[in-house]
Amino acid sequence: MNWSILLKDKRRWAILTIVVLVLGMGWTVFSRLPPASANAEDQPASPREGFSAPDFTLDLLGGGQVTLSELRGKTVVVNLWATWCPPCRAEMPAIEKVYRDNKNLGLVVLGVNTTNQDNEAAAAAFVQELGLTFPIPLDRDGSVSARYMLSGLPTTFFIDRKGIIRSVVVGGPMSEALVRSKVEGLLKETP
Amino acid sequence: MYPFLRLGPFLLQLPAVALLVGVWVGMSLTEKEAARLNLPPAVVSNLIMVGFIGGIVGARLAYAARYLEIYLANPLSLLSLNVNTLAISDGLVFGLAVAALYGWRKKLPLRATLDALAPGLAAFMVALGVSHFLSGDAYGAPAKLPWSIYLWSDYRHPTQVYEILTAIMIFFIAIKRPFGLTGSGINFLLVIALSSAARIFLEVFRGDSAVWPGGFRAAQVLGLIVLAITLYMMRLWAQNDKLPAIEP
Repeated sequence: MNWSILLKDKRRWAILTIVVLVLGMGWTVFSRLPPASANAEDQPASPREGFSAPDFTLDLLGGGQVTLSELRGKTVVVNLWATWCPPCRAEMPAIEKVYRDNKNLGLVVLGVNTTNQDNEAAAAAFVQELGLTFPIPLDRDGSVSARYMLSGLPTTFFIDRKGIIRSVVVGGPMSEALVRSKVEGLLKETP
Repeated sequence: MYPFLRLGPFLLQLPAVALLVGVWVGMSLTEKEAARLNLPPAVVSNLIMVGFIGGIVGARLAYAARYLEIYLANPLSLLSLNVNTLAISDGLVFGLAVAALYGWRKKLPLRATLDALAPGLAAFMVALGVSHFLSGDAYGAPAKLPWSIYLWSDYRHPTQVYEILTAIMIFFIAIKRPFGLTGSGINFLLVIALSSAARIFLEVFRGDSAVWPGGFRAAQVLGLIVLAITLYMMRLWAQNDKLPAIEP
């Protein structure tokens, strides 16, 4: 069939156009979303943008514990790293600098050491060498790595004040500009 | 979902690989179609590359412009290879503008050039669907169906598969050129119209729709606008029986 005949017949093409557009508009109106369904907080926990960050409780290097869900109301950066990973080492000074500049504005950085594939003594030496001041949770059994579907190191999750993951950066090193641009936008949002 | 492949110390991002394959296949098809339409294949191929590079540069500059103070303090960060600091939609506009400027400078006839791009664009849309499948992006709404896939903590519509299947159908229509009218730009408009119609239909099954006031899905509304303009343009361009002049 030569469809160009249809295209050159003004009346037939007009009818086709109207039918297609009316069907499209009908489908668009019919499939509107109720306002409540657009709420990201209702999404299940999953390690990707737009979903609630999976919760965890971990022991901290140097003592104490941290629970992610208790940090609601703050902007949280979860950075998964290991001492043997060169890009992890390379991006730590940038993370530390942004943390120091913004911790009074409500920024929390959790530098989750993937202890199941590292060791605590090496992690402690690493933290001391680089002068890191943010909390270092220890993922001893790899459960957080599993829940966050860790596929490469480093991986960083930027979480807003409502506990929603807003950005995921797999691989590194992240530049200071990248970390700062991701964090400062989230800090400006109201709790 | 298979987002990464470890190759020794390297972490290969498979969605990006799918997109690169899509660009490569798209460029090959475009060169063939350009030759068939008596256009210089190398110039048309360069048009895509110039647009691609222009798009990436534009996307980075647009991102930096949003965080101007940060980038003024760290100007070398502009050269970062990280894709997380690209403003994709701005880059798309910038890339199209650069490609249009290049085509104008090289005196490429608009409608014939668009037709040359049609099969390559349709092939790239298939690769885009594959990229979404690999990354888990463009995911579906929760649904318990026999063909649902488990993704992001729920059973969902396999919207990436729907996307791939419709893109394949559009690709075969594009290479069939049902309207004939070689070099008139109609085939390109047909690809855009079918892609818009597919998006309007499939967006309903997506779980990541941007929603506008009133509960309208942004992609559907924009798709309707593009579809209306495209159908009008198809009729307008078909009115001219004489094919546009194709310069060697």
